[in-house]
Amino acid sequence: MALLDVKGIAKRYREDRPPVLAGVDLTVREGEYLAIMGESGVGKSTLLNLIAGLDRPDKGSIRLDGTEVSALDDDAATLLRRRQMGFVFQAFHVLPYLTSAQNVGLPLVLLGTDRRERDSRVAEMLAAVGLGGTGAHYPRELSGGELQRVAIARALVHRPRLVLADEPTGNLDPRTAGQVLALLQAQIRVGGGAGILITHSLAAARTADRILTLTARGLESTGGVQQGGP
Amino acid sequence: MSPLRLWLMLWRAQWHEGPLRMTVPVLAIALGIALAAAVYFVNHSALEEFEQAARRLAGEADLVVRGPSEGFAEDLYPQIAKLEGVAVASPVLAIDVSLPGAPRPLPVIALDPFRATRVQPGLLGEIAGGLRGFFEPDGIFLSMRAADALEAGTGDRFEVLVGNAPRSVRVLGLLSDTAYPQALGIMDIAAAQWMFGRLGRLTRIDIRLVRGAALADVHSSIELLLPAGVTVAAPAIDSDRLASATRAYRVNLSMLALVAVLTGAFLVLATQSLAILRRRPALALLRALGVTRGGLERALIAEGVVLGLIGAALGVALGLLVARWAMRVLAGDLGAGQLAGATGSLAVQPLEMLAFVAAGSVFAGLGAWLPAREAAARSPALALKSGDAQAGVGTTRPWRAGLILMGLGGVLALLPAIQGVPLFGYGAVALLLTGAVLLVPDVAERLLGSVPAMRRAPLALAVAQLRGSTAQVSIGLVAIIASFSLMVAMAIMVHSFRESFVAWLDTVVPADMQLRVGQVGSTATLTETDEIAVSRIEGVARSEFRRVLPLALRRGAVPVALIAMPIDEASAAERLVLVKAVRGRGPSQLPPVWVSEAMVDLYGWGPGTEVVLPLAGGDLAARVAGAYRDYGRSGGSIVIPRKVYASASGDSAVNEGSLWLARTADAAAVEAAIRARAPFGEALQIRTAAEVRDISLRNFDRAFAITYALEAIAVFIGLLGVSVAAASTALARRAEFGMLRHIGLRRRQVVTMLAAEGVLTSAIGVCFALLLGGLLSLALVYVINRQSFLWSIDLAVPWLALAVLAATLLIAAAITATLSGRAALSGDAVRAVREDW
Repeated sequence: MALLDVKGIAKRYREDRPPVLAGVDLTVREGEYLAIMGESGVGKSTLLNLIAGLDRPDKGSIRLDGTEVSALDDDAATLLRRRQMGFVFQAFHVLPYLTSAQNVGLPLVLLGTDRRERDSRVAEMLAAVGLGGTGAHYPRELSGGELQRVAIARALVHRPRLVLADEPTGNLDPRTAGQVLALLQAQIRVGGGAGILITHSLAAARTADRILTLTARGLESTGGVQQGGP
Repeated sequence: MSPLRLWLMLWRAQWHEGPLRMTVPVLAIALGIALAAAVYFVNHSALEEFEQAARRLAGEADLVVRGPSEGFAEDLYPQIAKLEGVAVASPVLAIDVSLPGAPRPLPVIALDPFRATRVQPGLLGEIAGGLRGFFEPDGIFLSMRAADALEAGTGDRFEVLVGNAPRSVRVLGLLSDTAYPQALGIMDIAAAQWMFGRLGRLTRIDIRLVRGAALADVHSSIELLLPAGVTVAAPAIDSDRLASATRAYRVNLSMLALVAVLTGAFLVLATQSLAILRRRPALALLRALGVTRGGLERALIAEGVVLGLIGAALGVALGLLVARWAMRVLAGDLGAGQLAGATGSLAVQPLEMLAFVAAGSVFAGLGAWLPAREAAARSPALALKSGDAQAGVGTTRPWRAGLILMGLGGVLALLPAIQGVPLFGYGAVALLLTGAVLLVPDVAERLLGSVPAMRRAPLALAVAQLRGSTAQVSIGLVAIIASFSLMVAMAIMVHSFRESFVAWLDTVVPADMQLRVGQVGSTATLTETDEIAVSRIEGVARSEFRRVLPLALRRGAVPVALIAMPIDEASAAERLVLVKAVRGRGPSQLPPVWVSEAMVDLYGWGPGTEVVLPLAGGDLAARVAGAYRDYGRSGGSIVIPRKVYASASGDSAVNEGSLWLARTADAAAVEAAIRARAPFGEALQIRTAAEVRDISLRNFDRAFAITYALEAIAVFIGLLGVSVAAASTALARRAEFGMLRHIGLRRRQVVTMLAAEGVLTSAIGVCFALLLGGLLSLALVYVINRQSFLWSIDLAVPWLALAVLAATLLIAAAITATLSGRAALSGDAVRAVREDW
């Protein structure tokens, strides 16, 4: 069953420039983990932002679990992201003034989750990403790989339906990058959601169930490396 | 890399990063220096002008014999003129002549023109045209300023008050404005002695010595001839007296202006600290690339110095403009009143301007020094790491140094004034302030630690952010704490002063109506017959009259006021605001006098001491029965029972009175009756108690208006600091806001978070500043005020004004934080998360 259904979306930032996206279609099934590759400036991040409701398409529709994302106002899109999405960024974006545990627990705080449950889920998530026992550490005390693990834990702790990861291994060495991607994929599977990985790295893309390449013509299938879906 | 090139590189990078961030500390320094420079230029120019005028009057005299205001017998003059070594002796009678209805008396210098022109050669040119008329019994030369005030020209007549009668004098000619810029009149000495009832009296003899005569020998010969109360010395410049009389007020103003400069320096410290924090990875990169620790430190300090240099240069230019305006509009008077009347020309030396520019640069350099040292000392490896902005900032908690400085401040507060200036008092304030500022990080940490856990995410995040960045929070608070605490201290001091002043007015002006013969001056009086006539006017239930006259106790010092009034030891506590009294008469049979607090400080006339008053009829021995507050006469005053004064001096005239009206009496009708019945009734100054109170309080508020303005500007500079800190922090946290928006925080929640941070931070700053201001106010009230003005005041706190001020600051901080947050959020959350942080 399709969790995310993107149909014919187009986006142009300036009238005097060609559109960044023109007629892009994408379907992501529940439990699927797919990678989108493409040259710089082709619109990968724009596509991700449109899916996240951070930007609006000029044309087309984006339905997440039956909800038309492009029709939502800013508050509704925010609530949708809060409940149903998780994000992993290239630059980690872990708040320096919060401990690892507090950073991971942030989405649960926003959702108003009971403190006891929050603590238990944060501890569980930290253990799952291999950071058990570092909950009281501040970001400055962690390595780059550890910071990205914190970011992954934060993206998954509230069990989102869709995880969007934009170049999550761009700042990591290949070995750490491999570990982080494996972790991301495993956690998405455990959580029962789906994931979209934006990357330049073929090695990173190969960890996905399906690889799509974004070009000026739209999304093109490059092939599946693994069989996706539960 | 050469330090200069490195510095230029850093400078360009800083400018590129945000011109506004560099503009604000420049503006802060400029404002502070402008205030300090303007206050200095105005006071200095006015004093300079008075000094020049006084020098012209003293002419080329080598020695001046000076007596009390009542004068001395003129027999002394021929004795001195005949002395060996004396080339010319010029007798002078200086007298303040009362004018009907005029706000100030006319200073008249009466002299013998033939002798005077040999001491003041310029005088001959001034009066040459009217020399023949100079000897007319009612002729006078007026300076242009006096002529303008009297609206009289050559040949015109105007009235002066002599005893209880008006007398007409004729203007013989006008003195040039360049030679005599002040308001004065010059008369023939014989005519003046006759007209003002001072026959056979002189107040001064100006002496020129024979060329080659030994000054010390002539001085000694003259001294042998002098009666009690008369002294001889090199010309005492009246401006010295003026300078000392106004010094306390001027120093206070200058100190307030310096507060603004200091606040600017604290702001430089805050902005540089935050800027360096933001640039830490870039600076670390420079270190990694081979820039030495010292080179980096010097470059960053140079950056602060240049900011100060630009700000100070702008400040001096602005200060000159403000000073020029103040001289033109306020005629050199910044509120104390004593310097009023300057002609409005500004006397500023290039060296003084350079000194202000240098001061601004040094302050800014000091502000940049601390953050520069920290940045240079930081390990490049650590600083290059992400998330390092907070780490290591202010890890050394300087609370011990803070407490030591505050303790030292407490000790300084106990030391006496130097030459009438409470330098140790100001030192105490500076140490208390600096020490307290060093406590801010610890206090902020404890206060933030005590904030209860918040359920709402924006508030919880705000508290977490502040707890995680107490060092940055403290830096941002420094400028506002410095300025607001000083403003609180000044507000408490001024309020205390005002409350004490009002209480004093209620005691010294108990009657319904006050009357005065001539505004000031010593030539107009009422006789006992006039007293009786006034007291019998219908509607007057009770009356009381006083003789108030100046009494010179020490050469060169401001004359004290002698107040002869109906008073005895039993009623003294009701008639005066006594601060110290002697119980019982003791073994002394001397008559009692009461002295103002200034007399205790300036002359050592404490309660219980025996003193000698040089009255017109001879010296009078008296004992000091108590000390009282006198906010009307900062130079000192003495209250003596009127009967004692009259019998000792033979002077039974009065020049002031208080009238208690019958319940049914109409004040206006009584006033009209007095004017009709009393001699020169129209010239009497009659005011109701309410008018006296109104005028006094208006004058009080006027005197402190400039103080409020300076304080407000200092707080504005401090608030600017908070705004800059908020804006730059918000900009630096754009990526964080972007991430929060991604994970589901609404835009308004982010703004709420920032507003909460702003309010919490400011609340800490405001609470701290209120407590610190309270502490500083003790130093102001009990040390600086007491030592500057020589009178005591009771502490009173303006709770409502402080609450309103604190609330205003909190609201301003919340608005600033909100606006900064909105500006930071106006960009695209998507782009924000792509910025590396």
